Amino acid sequence: MSAPNKSFDPVEVSTLAPVYLDQQVTAALDAIANASDLDELKAVRLLHTGDRSPLALANREIGALPPAAKAEAGKRMGQARGAVNQALEVKTAELEAKRDEQILLTETVDVTAVSELSLRGSRHPLTTIQEQITDVFLALGYELAEGPEIEAEWFNFDALNIAPNHPARTMQDTFFVEHEDSGLVLRTHTSPVQIRSMLNRELPIYVVCPGRVFRTDELDATHSPVFHQVEALVIDKGITMADLKGTLDHFAQTMFGAGIVTRLRPSYFPFTEPSAEVDLQCFACRGASVDNPSAPCRTCRSEGWIEWGGCGMVNPKVLVACGIDPDVYTGFAFGMGLERTLMFRHGITDMRDMVEGDIRFTRAFGLGG
Amino acid sequence: MRVPVSWLRDYVALPNEMSGRDVAALLLSVGFEVEGVETVGDVRGQLVVGRVQSIEELTEFKKPIRWCQVEVGQALGAAETPGIRGIVCGARNFSEGDLVVVALSGTTLPGDFTIATRETYGHISDGMLCSARELGLGDDHSGIIILDAGSAEVGADAFPILGLGDEVLEVAVTPDRGYALSLRGIAREAAIAAGVEFADPADQLADLPVATGDALQAASSDKAACDLLVLRTLANFDPSAPTPGFIKSRLAAVGVRSISLAVDVTNYVMFELGQPLHAFDADKISGAITARRANAGETLETLDHVSRTLDPDDLVIADDSGALSLAGTMGGSSSEISDTTTRIVIEAAHFDSVVVARMSRRHKLSSESSRRFERGVDRMIPPVASARAAQLLIEHGGATYAGTTAVETAPDAELIAFDPQLTARISGHTYENENIANILRSLGCELNDADSTWQVKAPSWRPDLSSPIDLVEEVIRIDGYDKVPTSLPTAPNGRGLTDAQKLRRRVGVFLAGRGLVEVRNYPFMGENELNDLSIASDDVRRNTVKLANPLSDEQPLMRSTLLPGLVSAVNRNTSRGFSDVPLFEIASVSFAVASSSEVPRPSVLAKPNQDEIAKLQALVPNQPTHIGAVITGAIQTSGWWGSSPAATWRDAIEIVLALATELGIQVQVQPSDVAPWHPGRCALIKSGDVVIGLAGELSPRVTAATGLPTRSVAFEINLDELMALANTTPAAPQIWTYPVAKEDIALVVANDIAVADLLACITEAAGELLEDVKLFDIYTGSPIPEGHQSLAFALRFRSSDRTLSADEVASARTAAVLAASNKFGAVLRG
Repeated sequence: MSAPNKSFDPVEVSTLAPVYLDQQVTAALDAIANASDLDELKAVRLLHTGDRSPLALANREIGALPPAAKAEAGKRMGQARGAVNQALEVKTAELEAKRDEQILLTETVDVTAVSELSLRGSRHPLTTIQEQITDVFLALGYELAEGPEIEAEWFNFDALNIAPNHPARTMQDTFFVEHEDSGLVLRTHTSPVQIRSMLNRELPIYVVCPGRVFRTDELDATHSPVFHQVEALVIDKGITMADLKGTLDHFAQTMFGAGIVTRLRPSYFPFTEPSAEVDLQCFACRGASVDNPSAPCRTCRSEGWIEWGGCGMVNPKVLVACGIDPDVYTGFAFGMGLERTLMFRHGITDMRDMVEGDIRFTRAFGLGG
Repeated sequence: MRVPVSWLRDYVALPNEMSGRDVAALLLSVGFEVEGVETVGDVRGQLVVGRVQSIEELTEFKKPIRWCQVEVGQALGAAETPGIRGIVCGARNFSEGDLVVVALSGTTLPGDFTIATRETYGHISDGMLCSARELGLGDDHSGIIILDAGSAEVGADAFPILGLGDEVLEVAVTPDRGYALSLRGIAREAAIAAGVEFADPADQLADLPVATGDALQAASSDKAACDLLVLRTLANFDPSAPTPGFIKSRLAAVGVRSISLAVDVTNYVMFELGQPLHAFDADKISGAITARRANAGETLETLDHVSRTLDPDDLVIADDSGALSLAGTMGGSSSEISDTTTRIVIEAAHFDSVVVARMSRRHKLSSESSRRFERGVDRMIPPVASARAAQLLIEHGGATYAGTTAVETAPDAELIAFDPQLTARISGHTYENENIANILRSLGCELNDADSTWQVKAPSWRPDLSSPIDLVEEVIRIDGYDKVPTSLPTAPNGRGLTDAQKLRRRVGVFLAGRGLVEVRNYPFMGENELNDLSIASDDVRRNTVKLANPLSDEQPLMRSTLLPGLVSAVNRNTSRGFSDVPLFEIASVSFAVASSSEVPRPSVLAKPNQDEIAKLQALVPNQPTHIGAVITGAIQTSGWWGSSPAATWRDAIEIVLALATELGIQVQVQPSDVAPWHPGRCALIKSGDVVIGLAGELSPRVTAATGLPTRSVAFEINLDELMALANTTPAAPQIWTYPVAKEDIALVVANDIAVADLLACITEAAGELLEDVKLFDIYTGSPIPEGHQSLAFALRFRSSDRTLSADEVASARTAAVLAASNKFGAVLRG
């Protein structure tokens, strides 16, 4: 290394000559460009920018220059090192990206190999359809009313205008609690909840009552001794059969799609008068399959209508038994079987599937709701 | 009720082109559901009347065979034997000269069986002689059909003679419409629906001849139960007289077997007019015929050959010797019509519907007769129906008319005060008064509609019409339910679900989210199932509600626990090849209440008072809602990534704890020993003093007895208790952001120290700086002394207002260790 030049003599320092510096920069840039991985680049960095690198050594010579020359030499040196460092930076980023890419490549997995890791829980469709239906009526301002499954006969029959020797008591094959005069039955319908609602709630009454009910049928593909119903009851001033029909249509449309309507056929229930059977317009074919053998409908058996439930205007005798003045209040009630509704809505062909608790059946319905 | 369309047409002028399906649609529109339309005898082709000219017995075959020459008329005979066809027949019930039914070659019988000319038994058989069953006319296959001599021409079309091709409607009749259990009733409804004339068969009777002879006397000692008893006595009856073909074929069409002329006539008139009739052999009766209540201990052998001990509430028809029949329900053997009966008494009565219903139920005897009386029979029809029966017996059985006696209590002339405006108030649709009046009159009502409130007298065949709302229903029904418009009522502002109802949904979603699958089991169980669960005889779960008429004698009890149903459902799944089966159910269980001697039956004519309602409520058993689960196998799945262990007692307990946490309920776990759980792996879960439920592993005895895989786990908790404790509006926690300090301690304690107790002790002693503590390791073995274990806890400390110093943390940690040492003899492991 040259000694400090305090004499201001023009000293020729070869390592600071522009040609030399250009050579070193070119050599460094070539080496950088040729580095194929980060390790090579690290060696290049040491060689061309390290303490012992030609540029670093040349830099030290600046001090030997006369003051007038220092500025220019310094500037040249700065440019030279800047060029090398910038190239190093660019190359480093490039090689790091390449390395990262390589690592990700080696970490590649078969994403198609994934299968269920934890068993999927699910809720029974009878539970979730009760919630769905309840929500339809909650949205209308109704409330959810409930009652016991083992019920006093008085609530299940007497108060509903089904006197002790009424033929309707034999038509509903009832489970009686021992002994037969215990006054207790397994409720044969959700209608005793209507009575409890009328006795316990303030007027007007707008309630929906889903629940489990019992009849002495043997289990087969279409019958079950234990099944579920949902009922709605409205008691208010000025309630008419038109309100009943409108409510049923609204219910049908919420469950089965816009434009679906219901149809009433005269029938008989002791607790309603007039009484009717409710048919649902087939939501699958909307009647297109009727008398059209080329397009049969499995859902409605090409009848265009599906039997859905029963309904009617609350019999004044029932209102009287609950202390409601039939000259002031009128009301309607309707009820549907939920198993049946699920069967035609989801194409369930065998009632037993809803009873047996096979995990394959229930899992198909997920969390529902 | 089976309704042959041809019979219906006798009374209703239905358009000829109307098919059975059209009639069904008509009836449906007025509320009679037609469950099926059947064609009598699905026969296509030529069926003619033939006369057996000669019979040659063929004896060389395994069974006797007849080779018959049958006259079928000039037009239909075979080419080589004009007017005659040769037919081979295996039946033997006919003779030369009999009129028979011949299916000619090419005719297709029910079952798609086509008759062909073919060689059989050495002859060319050119047709077939038919039995009733072969034509789809019932079950009779004892021989071929023999038509009454002179009843038909040889060569005539046999279809109308046999009623073949007629359509029969299977009409569902609701229990309020007793009158519709007759052709008369259905015909009236069909006529109203079609808007055509109705010819009432009750109005079409000719007068009976002048009575000659002795008529039996009628009496009624219970005028409320039997307000009309009509007896028609007939003599000189020919017991061998056959039932005419039209009665036979119509009875077959409605589904009744032909027995004898006398019995067939009573059945025929019952279907025609709706009045059950009974025919007695008059010679077997001594004295007057009386309707009376049975005497205690009196017995009667009914026609089904069952000897019955009668109840004093039973109503019987009796003579001087005793009960002859159960009134309106079933006749007795002693006075039964036989094949030597020549004197007949036809009984036509009006019995109280409740009396018959009770009797029918008491004796478990439901007959065509009792079904009608229970539902209400036309009070005015007995004289008409009995006269009709008498006429038929005179005409077809050669009987002479000996006279009529009757005893009657005149019915009250009840009028319904009816405001026609009520129809609009109920329906939401406006009806012209004239329309309302016309509809009521078409039903048979008589009305005075001069004032704003009408006076309406319901027809005698409609005992179901007794109040204004009954008339409203009729008007809306006949005018058409489809005329009623639609509207949507406005409910008051609703409050949505109650907290408990919301919570119940949340519990289901939570458990399903934990991988459990919901089931909905039947609530029936048996003692055996409780035995299999090792449930002790004095356990509260033995205090069950029992059914009087269970479907299965194996399962007469209502469940007091959800576990039996869950066990069965798990077993069903494992038997279908699934080893990982985590099931849960949310449902009510029940516990019997001490039976009350007095069953309250408040009047339904007014609201019951509070006391009566309270008594009714007290009758109803306690039915809390439970959550139950039985888990066998893993909740996580195994695969190429590794295997997952089966769920253990920990999973069962943890799910309950997690559910409690989800609902904001602080619970405590205690070791317990309750069946069906493993006595060393059973957790009692409480919140303060309230028992929530039990969880853990099922005992080996129970898994062995129930067939569950060993080590299956279960929990059962009381949802009602959870709901009462749940915190539906949890307070938000304070989120402190100063640094956390973590300390681990390992404490060596005797094995009988419960972790929960140790945790509680540490938590209390560590003070308010302690943010969280968790057990993260349990170690036994060297150098831990025998009978001891090392429990390692991770403690987290944090302050609300500063960074904790090392001294503060150390002193809290030391306090925790010291407390554990003092209380449980715990030794800090170095």
